[in-house]
Amino acid sequence: MSINIRLFASLREQLGQAETSMNISKPTTVADVWTYISNDKPVPANMLCAINMEYVDLDQQVNDGDEVAFFPPVTGG
Amino acid sequence: MIKIRDNAFQPWDELQAYQESLSIDGKYGATAVFVGSMRDFNEGDNVQAMTLEHYPGMTEQYLEKITQLAHQQWKLLDTLIIHRVGDIKPNDPIVLVAVWSAHRASAFDASRFIMEELKSRAPFWKKETLTEGERWVEKNTQG
Repeated sequence: MSINIRLFASLREQLGQAETSMNISKPTTVADVWTYISNDKPVPANMLCAINMEYVDLDQQVNDGDEVAFFPPVTGG
Repeated sequence: MIKIRDNAFQPWDELQAYQESLSIDGKYGATAVFVGSMRDFNEGDNVQAMTLEHYPGMTEQYLEKITQLAHQQWKLLDTLIIHRVGDIKPNDPIVLVAVWSAHRASAFDASRFIMEELKSRAPFWKKETLTEGERWVEKNTQG
């Protein structure tokens, strides 16, 4: 099973990549995905997460084929 | 209608063209319009330019959700949201929000609601070019 991971704005720059994939073989949460993509860095304050373009919390389960996104607080308008 | 634009736009021309495309003549008594433009200062520094990033797909989907929430809370005839992405210079319009309704309260209140929801939840990020270097904008200014 595989998921797609996307990073935006300052998080993309800090982790040095915009998009990657991750193989999952056991029950996995958004927090687990963060641990994987960040090499076990602490979760940044106020970080936002989405699965398939809907906001979710860190304890949300991810499923095969999901797109998981991490980004800093938004600053549009 | 929701539009994400990667090039400069003229809000008043867009507003006029969109209103002319609607079939609500005689029905609306109120149009509330908000235009947000780029300042050349922020947090005490001169800002020379800005890049606006978004999450294609999620941004449009979220703006659509905000529009639906506004329609649920107020009796609205139509809404228009235009938002810039890409490279922006001071004085360039960044966002246009327009709301048409029969009476002014709904138009005023819904336009404020849409703007505040957009600023706090729609996935856009600003990176500023200062006299020396660049920086990500980390939070919105108080309204």
